Amino acid sequence: MSKEPVAVVGIGQTRHVAARRDVSIAGLVREAAQRALEDAELTWADVDAVVIGKAPDFFEGVMMPELYLADALGAVGKPMLRVHTAGSVGGSTALVAANLVAARVHGTVLTLAFEKQSESNAMWGLSLPIPFQQPLLAGAGGFFAPHVRAYMRRSGAPDTVGSLVAYKDRRNALRNPYAHLHEHDITLEKVQASPMLWDPIRYSETCPSSDGACAMVLTDRAGAARAPRPVAWMHGGAMRSEPTLFAGKDCVSPQAGKDCAADVYRQAGIADPRREIDAVEMYVPFSWYEPMWLENLGFADEGEGWKLTESGVTELDGDLPVDMSGGVLSTNPIGASGMIRFAEAALQVRGLAGEHQVEGARRVLGHAYGGGSQFFSMWLVGSEPPAS
Amino acid sequence: MTREIAVVAFARTDHRRGADELSEVEMLMPVLHEVLDRTGLKTADIGFTCSGSCDYLAGRAFSFTLALDGVGAWPPISESHVEMDGAWALYEAWTKLLAGDADTALVYSYGKSTPGSVRDVLTRQLDPYYVAPLWPDSVALAALQAQALIDAGDTDEPALAAVAARSRGSRADAAPQGDYVVRPLRTGDCPPVVDGAAAVVLAAGDRARELCERPAWIRGIDHRIEAHALGVRDLTDSPSTRLAAERAGAFRRPVDTAELHAPFSSQEVVLRKALRLDDGVRVNPSGGALAANPVMAAGLVRIGEAAAGIHRGRSDRALAHATSGPCLQQNLVAVLEGDPR
Amino acid sequence: MPEVLEAPLVVEFPFTRSLGPVQSAFLTGLRERVVLGVRTGDGRILVPPVEYDPVTAEEIRDLVEVAPTGTVTTWAWNHAPRRGQPLDTPFAWALVRLDGADTALLHALDAPGPDAVRTGMRVRVRWAGERTGAVTDIACFEPYDGDPAQPSGHTGDFENPVTGIVAPARLDYTYSPGRAQTDYLHALSDRRMVGERCPSCRKVYVPPRGACPTCGVATSEQVDVGPRGTVTTFCIVNIKARNLDIEVPYVYAHIALDGADLALHGRIGGIPYDQVRMGLRVEPVWTEGARHPDHYRPTGEPDADYETYKELL
Repeated sequence: MSKEPVAVVGIGQTRHVAARRDVSIAGLVREAAQRALEDAELTWADVDAVVIGKAPDFFEGVMMPELYLADALGAVGKPMLRVHTAGSVGGSTALVAANLVAARVHGTVLTLAFEKQSESNAMWGLSLPIPFQQPLLAGAGGFFAPHVRAYMRRSGAPDTVGSLVAYKDRRNALRNPYAHLHEHDITLEKVQASPMLWDPIRYSETCPSSDGACAMVLTDRAGAARAPRPVAWMHGGAMRSEPTLFAGKDCVSPQAGKDCAADVYRQAGIADPRREIDAVEMYVPFSWYEPMWLENLGFADEGEGWKLTESGVTELDGDLPVDMSGGVLSTNPIGASGMIRFAEAALQVRGLAGEHQVEGARRVLGHAYGGGSQFFSMWLVGSEPPAS
Repeated sequence: MTREIAVVAFARTDHRRGADELSEVEMLMPVLHEVLDRTGLKTADIGFTCSGSCDYLAGRAFSFTLALDGVGAWPPISESHVEMDGAWALYEAWTKLLAGDADTALVYSYGKSTPGSVRDVLTRQLDPYYVAPLWPDSVALAALQAQALIDAGDTDEPALAAVAARSRGSRADAAPQGDYVVRPLRTGDCPPVVDGAAAVVLAAGDRARELCERPAWIRGIDHRIEAHALGVRDLTDSPSTRLAAERAGAFRRPVDTAELHAPFSSQEVVLRKALRLDDGVRVNPSGGALAANPVMAAGLVRIGEAAAGIHRGRSDRALAHATSGPCLQQNLVAVLEGDPR
Repeated sequence: MPEVLEAPLVVEFPFTRSLGPVQSAFLTGLRERVVLGVRTGDGRILVPPVEYDPVTAEEIRDLVEVAPTGTVTTWAWNHAPRRGQPLDTPFAWALVRLDGADTALLHALDAPGPDAVRTGMRVRVRWAGERTGAVTDIACFEPYDGDPAQPSGHTGDFENPVTGIVAPARLDYTYSPGRAQTDYLHALSDRRMVGERCPSCRKVYVPPRGACPTCGVATSEQVDVGPRGTVTTFCIVNIKARNLDIEVPYVYAHIALDGADLALHGRIGGIPYDQVRMGLRVEPVWTEGARHPDHYRPTGEPDADYETYKELL
């Protein structure tokens, strides 16, 4: 029995900001969900199940908050699942929801991911003191910066590549009304002059801390046929995990990321991602991860990813635009960041991305990762239904 | 035609009180080995892995990432995690097998309740604006539900004591046990605080028959959630359990066994009513959550125990139930059957 | 086997919660001794007022004042109040349906003992002396045998509404690092670095985590590693980390101890930060009373060749 094709018929996001002081946690998620339903022209009664995701509960100080959010998301009397796979969770949540449709368990599923970081402090949530252990010496950026240095050593990439990514993503964000950072006076010089926080990572090459939510309505063929607007079809989706730290781990280009991408490409019938995929919404919390993931995802050979960035291939008007929305570098409600990647990929193939639309985008990859570069989730969406 | 999927193996810790000397992965790993050994599978043979756990129990963010060490996720595996009881991890894995993405799945969950005060930890699940600031602990909320049942004439203290006594293997006419914790619930009506882990292997179709002499086929599985606020719910009933049971096909034919996840004796009364279980049904031969309630694993244990009864030929059609949230807010029901003997 | 270590772990934070319009009105009302409910599409009055109808999922905003008097719908006697609960003397938890409401509110009920409480008893709000716009502005309920109070018809518009609350939360845990970490920590107190070897792949993990993460089996064979090692990669930290009293800039490095198959993390000292490099050979520097090495310093050996540690990156 073949799987039911899955379509994205509704997408909603909040306008991401540092602190949404005008809404409760329920109000925040509701806003994204309501917009997704409006996009799909559906009502709460049309939703069969809700799949929600977020990063650690300590961020908001609410244990398993989906219990409290059931009412706001119209889940009462319905199945509700809560996914948590660290930073990749937004992507994983969408995949769990998609699978409910693919397995024909449900016809229409609302999926949503969020983080309301202003309820606490992300660094507190990420570094709860653990007795006997050496305190985390460097913060979140410090955790990733040594891997960036390792990448630079391996690839011989010039120091400036990271700043090019940040400059591009921040300019892309200016075209995205939902993006958190709108730095209208951004220049490459300003990025390059920003303070070096965790050398080799500069302040302007790091992601912000945001309040935000993102929701999607996923449905089957019948649901897609009723959709009022163009739909995005899922052509492939996969999750892969490897241990946090282990002997032989390639922190620059983790095997789990390669395997995950290969699985997605196999499902989608993609032989040459560089040629066959039109654009990528990639999870890049620190600018240097763009060239690193370009290699990991098979868009460039090992050590060559930075050349795509440097030559402008990943610009909005380039041959392989990356993070048209401004990416995680411009918007980071942690638990939602992965789903925003997936949703922005879907917006592109639906032709509804507005000012950051890539002309003629037909196949776009959404990518998320988390933990110590150990959890990966990805999907490939297309403007046409999948072949099989 | 829908794919047939079965529970083919189950393992759990012996739920002793506390596992202080062990980290989560040290507690979990023997259970993973045991469940894989039962099937002869290795991690690399498993098509999908899914786990359930909760950061708040241990007081550490991302605690599930280190538990993954016990799996041996190398080469990389297709894997997911729910911040829920492992019963819902099993549900996610079931959909994965149903879609044909995998033929086998490893499902596990674990919880260390002893490092914190689980009564207080669970208050953090409540409405963060109106309820959590009052710190009403899990026993207090269950006691409100128990009193509502008593007021409605659905039970009384001796009947609750009988539930507790039967669960712990003593005589069913036992007198109320222990002092009041929060009246009307006594220590005997409340779950012991334990650490524990559980694991299950799922397999589809012929693969299940290869791996297990008598697979426990999942004939139906469904879960439903209710409104969060206690004040808008009828605490003497569990409409979400009933609806999940209907969707899972539980009422089509009688079951011989029911494994109910009722952490408090009074909640078994609610569940029996919602599930229309009569005295002919063996309820919680494992002892249920009143014998051992490893939080985040206790629901998966119910499914595993129900399946194990089928594996051993002691049961032909069993119902397994899992719950989450205050006063049975969210409920899952699975119906398992063995092939005719 | 040496005694397993344990230590208190406190998870504590004052969460800042924004309220949204309905919750803002309710909590501001409590500050002003007004109890508000919200009317659903089918005319029920929910108290406390929620933002979304639990039945239809519709957004609801129509605020209605109800009485501060009501009826107990169920209760439970709490003879041993716990930290953070509304009263520190024995009390009843109660769900109270206020006059004019269709649903019940959870709070404490102050009564002399369980015999003085029953379902159906009449109660009223006892207001807190100091009210800030929080659910604790209701100090508790108390028995009441008068007539239902009459609400004044407040619509929920207040001056200076509260828009947020601070919700401090503290949970106390007892943390134990488990068997493998305990052994490692005991060895550290003798200033030895002891890893564990996987019986299957033979890799040496330091610190050991109790399981070989690639093989999924317990590690137990102890192996002395270091004390010297190689900096595999690093970053220069220019911002002060929370709760850390280290002058910036400093170097945070991944260090592969000799004999270990995985790098651990540490600070590099004894050398200007801008002279640290990949391949630098280092050794731990211990300070009195500290469990972990304070930092690592250069040994003076020639740098390790990239080929010797690139697999450990």
